[in-house]
Amino acid sequence: MKFQNRRLSGLAAVALVASLALSACGGDDDGGDDNNSSGGGGGGGDATSVTFIPKNLGNPYFDTSNAGGAEAVEEFGGEYEEVGPAEASPDGQVQYINTATQQGRNALVISANDPDALCDAIGEARDADIAVVTYDADTNPDCRDIFINQADSAGIAKVQVDLIAEQIGGAGEVAILSAAANATNQNEWIGLMEEELAANHPDIELVETVYGDDDDQKSFDATAALLQKHPNLKGIISPTTVGIAAAARYLSTSDAKGKVALTGLGTPNQMREYVKDGTVTAFALWNPADLGYLAAYAAKALVDGDIEGEGDSFEAGRLGEYTVGADNTVLLGDPFVFDAENIDDFDF
Amino acid sequence: MTDTLVQPSAASPTARAVRDLLRSRELAVGVVLLLLIAVTTLKSNAFLFSSTGWRDLLLTPSMLVLLAVGQTAVIITRNVDLSVGSTLGLTAYLTGRLFIDTGLPIIAVVLAGILMGAALGAINGVLVAFGRVPALVITLGTMYIYRGAFLTWAGSDRINADDMPRTFRDLGTDSILGIPVLTIVAAVVLAAVGYYLRTARGGRELYAIGSDPDAAELYGLQVRRRIFSAFVLSGALAGLAGVVSAARFGTVSSSVGSGIELEAVGAAVIGGVAIFGGSGTVWGAALGAMLLVTIYRSLPVLGISDFWQQAVVGALIIGAIVLDRVLVTRQERALVAARDTSAGSTSPGAPTLAPVVAGDAQEGTR
Repeated sequence: MKFQNRRLSGLAAVALVASLALSACGGDDDGGDDNNSSGGGGGGGDATSVTFIPKNLGNPYFDTSNAGGAEAVEEFGGEYEEVGPAEASPDGQVQYINTATQQGRNALVISANDPDALCDAIGEARDADIAVVTYDADTNPDCRDIFINQADSAGIAKVQVDLIAEQIGGAGEVAILSAAANATNQNEWIGLMEEELAANHPDIELVETVYGDDDDQKSFDATAALLQKHPNLKGIISPTTVGIAAAARYLSTSDAKGKVALTGLGTPNQMREYVKDGTVTAFALWNPADLGYLAAYAAKALVDGDIEGEGDSFEAGRLGEYTVGADNTVLLGDPFVFDAENIDDFDF
Repeated sequence: MTDTLVQPSAASPTARAVRDLLRSRELAVGVVLLLLIAVTTLKSNAFLFSSTGWRDLLLTPSMLVLLAVGQTAVIITRNVDLSVGSTLGLTAYLTGRLFIDTGLPIIAVVLAGILMGAALGAINGVLVAFGRVPALVITLGTMYIYRGAFLTWAGSDRINADDMPRTFRDLGTDSILGIPVLTIVAAVVLAAVGYYLRTARGGRELYAIGSDPDAAELYGLQVRRRIFSAFVLSGALAGLAGVVSAARFGTVSSSVGSGIELEAVGAAVIGGVAIFGGSGTVWGAALGAMLLVTIYRSLPVLGISDFWQQAVVGALIIGAIVLDRVLVTRQERALVAARDTSAGSTSPGAPTLAPVVAGDAQEGTR
């Protein structure tokens, strides 16, 4: 009996320690922004509180976009917060949406890990008068208020196809290394890339699409498998920042370096090494900082009631005026191509 | 223990060794591994015969082999260490940070990684051995605590390839005489731990503790100290694996190593390490790790989808457990039969009985 009790109290101690440690991690973000906390009620003259929920933390792409968001929130004197799961999964995001709803934030800015799975949680947030903006990856259009589109999908698909076509001389086998098999935006781009290839590059054959789940090791192994399975492969397109960096790391140390071209969507800091050593010639991305910046201003405009839906327009600080388009989407602009010439001008 | 169990075997040492080998789980796993490599190579020559294919075949499992070796030392004592994935993540990030923030030489950074892992393992060891709480609960707790500490420390920061010196990253791909450096590191660790567990007194005591903790205590073995050192070893090897991960992948983000603790347990189980302790070898666990990693690498080459890759691994683990049960039942029956026969026999050293002992009861009774 005594033994049993000791064991139980030991268990309780573990649970306590674990919960303390976990809550310590969660509480970390709140401290910094207390300077303009005004109780955080409804709209009116109070500071607009905006919570950014990226697909996952530790992802340099979202670090940059959310830095842009923080910059915008500071400009309009709001209260900024970033929370999110360590791994990109829809169930990981739901709990952060629920917490933000309970805290009564004014606006949520979310990059959705799944088009449907988040809708219930988002619905509860909107019922509590919280403005919900999606950026980078959308949910179903009827779930959220506004989607900030980083570039229209056709433009993104086209720039990647054009880059790979140029790098492999317009003919040969190519493959795609994507994120998760159910990632909304990647799948849309892949569909459009297939159409673009069929329409304008009949000599390029897309032999396979594989999934690295935005995990270094998995993307690494998937790249190795692609090279082994398709000995005549001439190019790889990876429309995800984790995937392209892992593929570049693998290629840069394999026999295929210089023989297999790699392009896709990446960030300059991750890709600098591989552009300089010749593994990668050029890759594309929009400016993520501008994306987060625009999302924050859209959230502010929604909270203030300046925009409600299609046709309304709002001012987004240094980016100028934007108009809400069909399906309540706002388009950021055209993708940008990074290469050895310009990569040192960027740091994100 | 009856007299039969301590009689020397009448069979010649060579015959016994061959017989042990043929019956061993290690051989079975090794054969499956070779078959898998052969089939995949038939499908794509590059899997084995290109220089990158050969390198990857040896290099990719090195991280999981390190973890599986540490995990085996812990499982043999009838415990488990679920925190190794988080330990690996923390030390991988520490490695990157040390390169960014300090000018320490590579060898010092590697040592720092191992020490950090050992310290985290020591926390597990103290709680399990001296707190007397089941290891499953303790290491589940520390798994979350270490991961939480990692997230707090790293935030959304990430170590990129150009943050670490080229000579360090080259360690992740360089080879000596056709064998990758990291594979050599894993092989040296494997040989050292394997030798210790098989021959040293401390190693044999780990088996004794796992076979019957109460008996080990009554016999006067230093159960707590041994369990503590098993956890420290597991942590130190997870720390080394973290350094290996940083060198190999060139990037460290906050999700590094999540889920790999279960792969390490899976590798040990597939390799014949009994989950209830007392039996199994690090050789088996290392082969199990190689098999797991090679399955993940070869199934895409064979054109089998992601879902089936997971299902195949699951089937392997269940198959391994079922095989264990069958073998244990058979062994129990054989032992009972041997006891009954010897009870009725006038000559206790009957040579017909001895091979049963030598062949079937090897790890459990030593």
